[in-house]
Amino acid sequence: MDKMGIAFALLGAVLGALMAGVGSARGVGLAGEAAAGVVTEDPGKFGKVLVLQLLPGTQGIYGLLVAFITLSQIGVLGGNADISLTKGLLYFLACMPIAVVGYWSALRQARAAVASIGLVAKRPDQFGKAMIFPAMVETYAILALLVSILAVFGIGGINV
Amino acid sequence: MSDTQYAYAVARIRSKELSLLNAQAMEQLLSAKDEEECLSLLHSRGWGDAKSYDSPEKMLEAEREKTLALLKELLDDLSDFSVFFCANDYHNLKAAMKAVYSGTDPQGIFQSGSTVETQTVLQAVRERDYSLLPEPMRVPAQEAFDALLHTGDGQLCDFILDRAALLAVKSAGEASENELIREYAELTVAAADIKVAARACATGKPFPVILRALAPCDSVNIEELAQAAAQGEEKLYQYLRSTPYAQAEDALRESVSAFERWCDNRIMRAIRPQKYNPLTIGPLAAYFLARENEIRVVRIVLSGKRNQLPEQSVRERLREMYV
Repeated sequence: MDKMGIAFALLGAVLGALMAGVGSARGVGLAGEAAAGVVTEDPGKFGKVLVLQLLPGTQGIYGLLVAFITLSQIGVLGGNADISLTKGLLYFLACMPIAVVGYWSALRQARAAVASIGLVAKRPDQFGKAMIFPAMVETYAILALLVSILAVFGIGGINV
Repeated sequence: MSDTQYAYAVARIRSKELSLLNAQAMEQLLSAKDEEECLSLLHSRGWGDAKSYDSPEKMLEAEREKTLALLKELLDDLSDFSVFFCANDYHNLKAAMKAVYSGTDPQGIFQSGSTVETQTVLQAVRERDYSLLPEPMRVPAQEAFDALLHTGDGQLCDFILDRAALLAVKSAGEASENELIREYAELTVAAADIKVAARACATGKPFPVILRALAPCDSVNIEELAQAAAQGEEKLYQYLRSTPYAQAEDALRESVSAFERWCDNRIMRAIRPQKYNPLTIGPLAAYFLARENEIRVVRIVLSGKRNQLPEQSVRERLREMYV
């Protein structure tokens, strides 16, 4: 049963990268469709809509970061991979904030980005304001990233 | 189809909305000294094409074709838009019947933006093979053409097909999942019923005749409407006050065309929130209706300039714009 510890910890790391990555892929794809629509009519707006398209992509990076740190901590990338079941479950739980919040915030941020792309299509002079709306959603992805990172680092020092 | 499937289409529409005529552009058109200057202004905004430089009707038709081409490019399937096109099918059917009946050349009588090919409609009427038409059109087509052949009464033929067209609009609206399209269908049918009732009331038609001409809808009880119309104008207005169209009373008292303007303005107000909708098919439907409204308003202005009507008279006929 002790061998299950590493399995749970690895599952947490994988889900962190997987869910946040899927959310970002869907989000960037959706915003990309809207961006392509604007560029079809006005190629001069490419630079502005590209920035907005990329905003939902950050969650995938956060997921990758948490997964990488977790893999390092549990010894998968080198060192001792022998961890208890309790610790394995703790790592799993530590990865959940970025997995769940990363996925949903990427999708929601994409919708805000699409709306902002529509705004830039009509009012390119309002690009700065258009950036802020989807960027607000980023706050919650960053909070989830912080919790996951703090938890993953903190678990290493717990003797269970 | 998921709402997010329209992200590309809606973004293109957002860019296209920049070239819609706004109130300022309408003022420019109104202040033009004649029709020629209006046409020149419109051409400078990209209206029409090389072939339509001197012909207002060709220019408006070219604009309509541009909108249809854009929608066909953006949507693989235009069935969601059948609510806007099915009335054209019935218009073309009426035109084909009258052309065949009178033996005249049907060239130039058909409307674009129909779901059935005009040659198919013409062939169906000529050969009386109504199986060539979509199923909902077959029975009214046969009934209308038989009526035309037996009585020679073009109005009776129109009467049957106009009602069938309204039923088709209602059915297309009910089939749509989009709230805007459903609202458009409901308002179109209800407005047509009110117009028919008002005209029938003015000409003193009896209750059974009025009732037969009305198409059922959710916001108006057609039996009560027909009953009120048969009893006179005041009863009709009194009934209207109990419906969602109470505010149309003043317009209807003025004239049927004022009521039509009221209905068009109401549609424009209903579609305006779509300017802020980033996804769904709603903004595409709104753009189509905005373009139709724009073409209608430009036609009014051009006609006013051609007939040298006073600016105030033209202004009274104008509709609200989408942007």
